[in-house]
Amino acid sequence: MSDDRPAVKIKAENLDFYYGPARALKGVTLACFEKKVTAIIGPSGCGKSTFIRTINRMNDVIPGTRVGGRVLLDGRDIFDPGVDVVELRRRVGMVFQKPNPFPKSIYDNIAYGLRINGMKDKRAIEATVERSLRGAALWDEVKDRLDASAFALSGGQQQRLCIARALAVEPEVILFDEPCSAIDPIATAKIEDLIERLKADYTVVIVTHNMQQAARVSDYTAFMMLGELVEFDRTGTLFTAPARKLTEDYITGRFG
Amino acid sequence: MKTAARKGLVQALGFLGLRAAMGLVLAVLALFLYDIGRKGGGAISWEFLSQAPRRGMTEGGIFPAIVGTFLVTLITAVLAVPLGMSAAIYLHEYAAPSRLTRLLRLSIRNLSGVPSIVYGLFGVILFVNLMRLGTSILAAGLTLGLMTLPWTITASEEALKTIPLSYREGAMALGATKWQTIRTNVLPYAVPGMLTGTVLGLARAAGETAPILFTGAAFYLPFLPKSLSDQFMALPYHLYIMATQHHAIQQVRPLAYGTALVLIALVLGLNMGAVVLRYRLRRKQR
Amino acid sequence: MSKTERPFDEELKILKRKLLEMAASAEEQIATAIGALKDREEALACRVLDREAAVNRLDIEIDEMGLRILALRQPLAADLRFVTSAMKIGGDLERIGDLAVNIAERTIDLLKSPQLKPLIDIPLMALTAQEMVRDAINAFIDGDAGLARDVCERDDKVDRLNDQVFRELLTYMLQDPGTIPRAVDLILVGRHLERIADHATNIGEDVIYMVGGKTVKHRIEGGRTTGLKGRAGD
Repeated sequence: MSDDRPAVKIKAENLDFYYGPARALKGVTLACFEKKVTAIIGPSGCGKSTFIRTINRMNDVIPGTRVGGRVLLDGRDIFDPGVDVVELRRRVGMVFQKPNPFPKSIYDNIAYGLRINGMKDKRAIEATVERSLRGAALWDEVKDRLDASAFALSGGQQQRLCIARALAVEPEVILFDEPCSAIDPIATAKIEDLIERLKADYTVVIVTHNMQQAARVSDYTAFMMLGELVEFDRTGTLFTAPARKLTEDYITGRFG
Repeated sequence: MKTAARKGLVQALGFLGLRAAMGLVLAVLALFLYDIGRKGGGAISWEFLSQAPRRGMTEGGIFPAIVGTFLVTLITAVLAVPLGMSAAIYLHEYAAPSRLTRLLRLSIRNLSGVPSIVYGLFGVILFVNLMRLGTSILAAGLTLGLMTLPWTITASEEALKTIPLSYREGAMALGATKWQTIRTNVLPYAVPGMLTGTVLGLARAAGETAPILFTGAAFYLPFLPKSLSDQFMALPYHLYIMATQHHAIQQVRPLAYGTALVLIALVLGLNMGAVVLRYRLRRKQR
Repeated sequence: MSKTERPFDEELKILKRKLLEMAASAEEQIATAIGALKDREEALACRVLDREAAVNRLDIEIDEMGLRILALRQPLAADLRFVTSAMKIGGDLERIGDLAVNIAERTIDLLKSPQLKPLIDIPLMALTAQEMVRDAINAFIDGDAGLARDVCERDDKVDRLNDQVFRELLTYMLQDPGTIPRAVDLILVGRHLERIADHATNIGEDVIYMVGGKTVKHRIEGGRTTGLKGRAGD
């Protein structure tokens, strides 16, 4: 692995994670590069979702959990007592498995993050809403009905709304937790296109159980199993010539 | 192997049994309402609703009892609603699931099953004697409030439970603090459900006799209370007296039925109010 | 983790079998063409021409099957390398078949005149090329990178023999211009054999990639690279 690589945005070092006594992550060391898409694949329960939910400390919410090791964001440990979790989550946005629009209008869904972060100027909010919707390739579909309920949108549109909502607060990193598992193939293709375009401005980490999707959208892929990182490499290499037998058996579907 | 015809028959019989059970319950309820309506309807008049009782409650109306019940329910609401909702928010959103919170929740559930007379006696000791409030609207209202609290807490917590985790996670992932998340993205959707449960609790409180028996309700008081530290008449207690304690039970029977009708109408009205309120708030959100 | 037999494995086996069959035909075509030249038997040369279609048909079948697997199974890792290698090897074998046909055509031409000289180096070249093809295919079937590497190394030997054949025939032509048409035909036969050895080498390189995921073409041996690299020129 001697080829030159872009700057490291996120670096997990010996990351452990426990749900009570159960160890969900076992000494994971993994770097995500700036303005690249890193995909994390692995069988169910391998710790891939736990891993990305640790990056924005979403797992803090779950009682009885414990973290070991470090996660550096721009070189600073996010578990440092001086780190403001709220600010961390603003910088590291997240899109969830199931589209989770709030029961508000399309406009208010996007404006929500701006308002809680203290933006008051109506015109500024309006401009950001439009920019975010454009950024999520949804503007043309909803510009005439911004006051309509977000629930009136299709599943794929709802997921793009959630992406727009994440973009509105101007994050640096966007985490995708199996973003297409609940939507149809055409909507999935749109979101994959979007993810590829987002990497021009954002560092993207995506967890997916769909290997073809990882292969299509990502620059780097990490394969995890039983809470451990098995292999990390450029996506092109990992899917054509993985270095480890375990990776090989998983991606060719040879697990019995 | 059962044949399809036999399975169909069993199913038809099962449904028939369920329908019969439901019909029976509804029939009893209808009969009950009909009986009270028929016997009490005659007593209802403007005078009955707006006048105080006269001549040892053999004549006149029930106005002081209506006002008394209204006031005491108001006190109940003032105590039980904010406290109940706050406790529910704490329990559901903040308290870490530990043995202590489990115990706390269990106690609250159990409290809602404590007989109302026990609350009444507890109210006498705490509010009337220890806090020196005397037998008064305030003491009675607080006693009822105490009794209603477990209901309000439980109902509010149930309402909070129906708000999906995804709303909370979604807000927090955007950089909302925990309180911001609860205030802006949980409570607005939970309040209709919380209110419904609370109003149902209040309706139950409005119909209670035992807790106010020793804490503030008066046997016969043909004028309105002047302050919250006065004694008061209340519909359920008034009804109890008219039906069982009066010296001329036969003579006041129509008045007793009229009182029962007003009380039922009040409770039903509150319940309907809760339903309408929830419906409107829900619709506003969509 | 236990390995499981997938329905997909059956398809891969069929692909392998077809490739084996095609390799056997291609190898036989070389042997027959050289036999015709050595023993001056036109009938043998004509048999090579007749059998060309069979090799081509197998090439098309392998290509179609490979494409179908790529489209429908979307294979990854070793499976992907196997299928893409099989398709490329099919192409190499098809070219080897064509070259055997070219040799047969030269032979028919040569049989019209008396023998120029006794053949020594050309049959040796043919034998080596034939063995290379056989070993390359065996390496593919067994996933034997060592054997594949060995095949690639033998390419130099064929190149040397080809140079020798060329120099010798050049001497004939310089001494007696009347030998030029026959000498040119023989030079071409040598050249065709040399190309056959090159294709066998390509197959060997594909096998090395297929087995280890490492590209050895264009002298970048050892480095892990991003996936598939370009082919050696034909």
